[in-house]
Amino acid sequence: MIERTHDSFGRMLLTVLVALTLSVLPLPLWLSAVRPAFLVITVLYWSISVPRLGGIGLGFFSGLALDVFRGAVLGQNALALSAITYVAVREHQKIRLKPSFQQALIVLGALVAYEFILFAIDGWTGHPVTTPLRWIHTLTGALIWPLATAVLDRTRGAR
Amino acid sequence: MAAYGAGNYRVSQGRGPAAGFSFTLYAILAIVLMVLDRRGGWLTQARYYLSAAAYPLQLAVSSPAQAWHWTQETFTARATLEAENAALRARDRELSLQTMRFDALLRENDELRGLRSALPPVADHWMPAEVVDLELNALKQRLLVNRGAHNGVFRGQAVMDSYGLLGQTTRVSPWSSEVMLITDPEHAVPVEIERTGVHTIAVGTGDPDSLALPYLPANADIKYGDLLLTSGLGGVFPQGYPVARITEIRRDAVQPLAQIRASPLAKLTLLREVMLVWFEDGHPAAPVQLKAGAATSGNPTLQRQPGPPLTPLPLPDLPRLALPPAPSSAPSSAPTKPPLKAATKTATKAHK
Repeated sequence: MIERTHDSFGRMLLTVLVALTLSVLPLPLWLSAVRPAFLVITVLYWSISVPRLGGIGLGFFSGLALDVFRGAVLGQNALALSAITYVAVREHQKIRLKPSFQQALIVLGALVAYEFILFAIDGWTGHPVTTPLRWIHTLTGALIWPLATAVLDRTRGAR
Repeated sequence: MAAYGAGNYRVSQGRGPAAGFSFTLYAILAIVLMVLDRRGGWLTQARYYLSAAAYPLQLAVSSPAQAWHWTQETFTARATLEAENAALRARDRELSLQTMRFDALLRENDELRGLRSALPPVADHWMPAEVVDLELNALKQRLLVNRGAHNGVFRGQAVMDSYGLLGQTTRVSPWSSEVMLITDPEHAVPVEIERTGVHTIAVGTGDPDSLALPYLPANADIKYGDLLLTSGLGGVFPQGYPVARITEIRRDAVQPLAQIRASPLAKLTLLREVMLVWFEDGHPAAPVQLKAGAATSGNPTLQRQPGPPLTPLPLPDLPRLALPPAPSSAPSSAPTKPPLKAATKTATKAHK
């Protein structure tokens, strides 16, 4: 069990790295508005399916990486991601049993909460960004959730 | 999903309070980080190393685009290259003709100023930098370029392309630096209208094709196609570099201020290579060099000099009329600290 955990920790890091790359990949303007938050979705997946593996630390450090890449206030994404990771880890059993459609709805809620925390911190630090464009990615994120779980289940080698 | 057996279930049940505890810890850590980052200080150093660590991934991420450009360049048709060559030759001829005139003008200017020797150009040296990453959206207009502290790049350095002003460096890492474009919504350039000499501020809009000039009165003397130059105020950019051309003027009888848009001369959306510029210290047109963290103090030599005490002149005893209040200070000694106010004031004054 222990070496298996070790192995899956490596896989988790790999998927997180790939998701981070997808998140910071330079894209044209219209595409980057609809780009789902790949890293947030990946972290949510791991905290729902294997909460013991990454835990809230995974959310915190992924968020910190996002802060560094995006040039945001250090700790902004880290706080938002650890908050939704915490909820996901606490409720993972309930969420896991839901059908895919309901899971997508829950993910939508989590993404909106995440974006809201970012929005609040943006306002607090004096860069209020009120364009509705910033909320679009929550919808696309919820839409790709079933696909993302399918792909990530593969990488985990889940039967 | 055999992995989610009963054993797992119990273990994860037992982690409820622990998760809450670690969440609290991480949340406090994140908030402390945010507060420290807002305050500045030692976290800038931490960020310097963190962004150095992030740079390889940023390079890797941008490599597909770079590879695409490379293949495009390698397999361009001969005809295209010849056409490009011809265009460049024509441009070269045109520019050298202009430079000839420029030299003559420079001499003339020096003579007019009564200087003995010709002034060297204000730009001391230039360094080309490649664009690694480009972020152009409504919230942020930034570039990542492949030159950093190791190449001598400093924070607040002017960045240009061959057509005009691009922006300034905002964050410098060991091997890369982030450039805030003039169209970033948080960026403002002090500019001067070339035709009239009126000073104002050009503010970024978040759109790579447009700058806003929100501080000009509705009756300001400004025309479609007017050229905006850097005014040399603000301490980052030297005086006299082209910034933008006016593309849209809207005057509303109700509004006290005109709504003016200008289009940047630099080709912001087609950037592959930019120029980092170092300026000659002490040159009359050079920007005031700022010490780190003292963005408001300015150059002490440009501060107001202690003048004679401001006692009212003894006026002959005449029947007093309602005199207009005398201007309190000369415009040249106006502090550069609140640039918006100062610029609008000068603008209105110039218009009157």
